[in-house]
Amino acid sequence: MRPGATARLAGAGMGLDLPLILKEAGLTALVVFALALPLFGFRTVDSAGGLDVAYRFDWVAAAVAVAFVGRALLVAMRTLGGAQRARPGEGLLARAGRAFYRHTTWIGAAAVAFAVLLPLLPFADRYVIDIASYFLIYVMLGWGLNVVVGLAGLLDLGYVAFYAVGAYSYALASLHLGLSFWWSLPLAGALAAGFGILLGFPVLRLRGDYLAIVTLGFGEIIRIILVNWYSFTNGPNGISGIARPSFFGLAFSRSPGPGEVAFHEFFGLDYAPVHRIAFLYYLILGLALVTNLFTLRIRRLPVGRAWEALREDEIACRSLGLNPTNIKLSAFAIGAMFAGFAGSFFATRQGFISPESFTFIESALILSIVVLGGMGSQIGVVIAAFAIVVLPEWFREFQQYRMLVFGAAMVMIMVWRPRGLIAHRDPTVRLHAGGEAGR
Amino acid sequence: MMLSVTGVHTFYGHIEALKGVDLEVGAGEVVTLIGANGAGKTTLLMTVCGNPQAAQGRIVFDGEDITRLSTYEIVRRGIAHAPEGRRIFPRMSVIENLQLGATIGQPEDFADDLERVFLLFPILKERREQRGGTLSGGEQQMLAIARALMSRPRLLLLDEPSLGLAPMVVKHIFGVLRRINREAGTTVFLVEQNAFHALRLADRGYVMVNGAIAMTGTGRELMADPEIRRAYLEGGRRDRA
Ligand SMILES: Nc1ncnc2c1ncn2[C@@H]1O[C@H](COP(=O)(O)OP(=O)(O)OP(=O)(O)O)[C@@H](O)[C@H]1O
Ligand SMILES: [Mg+2]
Repeated sequence: MRPGATARLAGAGMGLDLPLILKEAGLTALVVFALALPLFGFRTVDSAGGLDVAYRFDWVAAAVAVAFVGRALLVAMRTLGGAQRARPGEGLLARAGRAFYRHTTWIGAAAVAFAVLLPLLPFADRYVIDIASYFLIYVMLGWGLNVVVGLAGLLDLGYVAFYAVGAYSYALASLHLGLSFWWSLPLAGALAAGFGILLGFPVLRLRGDYLAIVTLGFGEIIRIILVNWYSFTNGPNGISGIARPSFFGLAFSRSPGPGEVAFHEFFGLDYAPVHRIAFLYYLILGLALVTNLFTLRIRRLPVGRAWEALREDEIACRSLGLNPTNIKLSAFAIGAMFAGFAGSFFATRQGFISPESFTFIESALILSIVVLGGMGSQIGVVIAAFAIVVLPEWFREFQQYRMLVFGAAMVMIMVWRPRGLIAHRDPTVRLHAGGEAGR
Repeated sequence: MMLSVTGVHTFYGHIEALKGVDLEVGAGEVVTLIGANGAGKTTLLMTVCGNPQAAQGRIVFDGEDITRLSTYEIVRRGIAHAPEGRRIFPRMSVIENLQLGATIGQPEDFADDLERVFLLFPILKERREQRGGTLSGGEQQMLAIARALMSRPRLLLLDEPSLGLAPMVVKHIFGVLRRINREAGTTVFLVEQNAFHALRLADRGYVMVNGAIAMTGTGRELMADPEIRRAYLEGGRRDRA
């Protein structure tokens, strides 16, 4: 800061408040010191005689210095720029969010076009397509959970249970009944929806925190059953050798079994494993888009409107003749159904499933995708899923810092966009300005 | 009688909020219920709507006993309730609020009904795409009444529609209530603190004290009663007796 500028600003009653800056920076540095001393300061190392303690006080000093200077700059910037930025939410992020919201339709269309073309693009190798389908699973789960949490406002911490039901119902149906993927898909959806209703009944009277805890418990119950019902689910060892889906009866394998025709033979192509991966990618893309279109459509129908109304005010809902029982159960069932579809896809993609894949962390991950995305926002879910699922995958080299970055991102969202990245709610009806009412 | 309430007792836990209420509303009437804060007026309306249910007594609507029905079943029989505190859906637009009001109506009636309530409350037509939560208090109250009307009720229950509104707005809303009653023949049961307006509009009135009906008569009679004048009409409200 040039001295002249400081003087001018001080004249305008907005000078740098040095004691305040020092106080804030000092406090921050103190907190960082307390955290860094045990985390950075001491380190156990292997030595000849066992474990030794190494000291890294230089790291501690560096962390404290960075925190002090950073905080001082931040406070200084805030006192100087305070007048222009009265609303803290009016940052770059907020403006980007609004601009984004205005052009949602175009961005959505562009994203779908990109997704459809992705496997044909030059940089799309096996790895990229594989990650993309992994990403789409979470987008689909996010959209599914959005029905329950975003639209109906029912906080569900056990969503992964329905994902597990879908995965196991496909795995077991293909193993024991020899059902193909396409036959199992509706079965998995129906079973998951059934479990959704099963969960729905006991929690009908619960809201908020209590609901969250019961759903959390439900998720764990399903997982524990999967672990312990050895004769049926093969317990912690999981189920392997799950059948791969076929392309209208054409198998994806180098040497198809007797009586089978392989995809590459039928189309006169050379065998390439990427065919199967691209097929899986289009499969999940299709499933995810169905989820999205369904949600967009149902929001405009009485059921969807009732979900949103329930989120806003249950008493008002009752007094308008809506039956909260049906509304809640339908939200749970439909959200669960999509998780069931996604679960089937997961099982066929992996070829192997075990209870390990359906822990609480998964529920938390999906929920944070919905919450970060901005509850009820479809495109927000995509962005959040990208940030939470794909970015960590890209930065695998920084493995040990992944959680750190994840945490930092959460904190930043809380500070800047407390209602999620895309926090706007789109009205479901628009009348033409000046036009006749009621269409 | 369109609605008759006989010997109704309602409890919140151990607290007896209604201690044997008897009251009747005839078809086509405007009936008002006045009383001090905490008298049990809101509780009575809620009990008629089945939330909470009466512990004792009978509520009959159009010859059918509705005492044990759940709220949504009662509403489907032709009772609309604009609850205390308006309870519009704040994040939804005016139109969406009205759509929800039409939940139990026929889809093909929606356009007509919308036009009808926009005629009663032109301001809502102007604000149709605005979110409910950003409407002014008066507009929110109009929306609450309009939303209740969307189901074409035969009996309209209103809980303190004048609460917190400027005198001009109160006058407008009461004018609309009169029109709803005269033109559409909707029966109105109105709970009010604003006894002056309520009694002037009403054919008959009831006065509730401590969970029971203390007095009844035509609007004119009650307005002329010296005790009512002292307690509810002149110089503000008396403390609970
Ligand atoms: N949900 C509840 N739980 C417990 N007690 C309640 C509940 N609702 C109301 N009450 C009690 O019941 C009594 C009647 O309340 P009610 O809301 O019916 O009064 P009111 O006549 O509508 O008053 P006001 O004019 O202030 O709205 C009060 O003593 C109140 O404290
Ligand atoms: Mg009240």
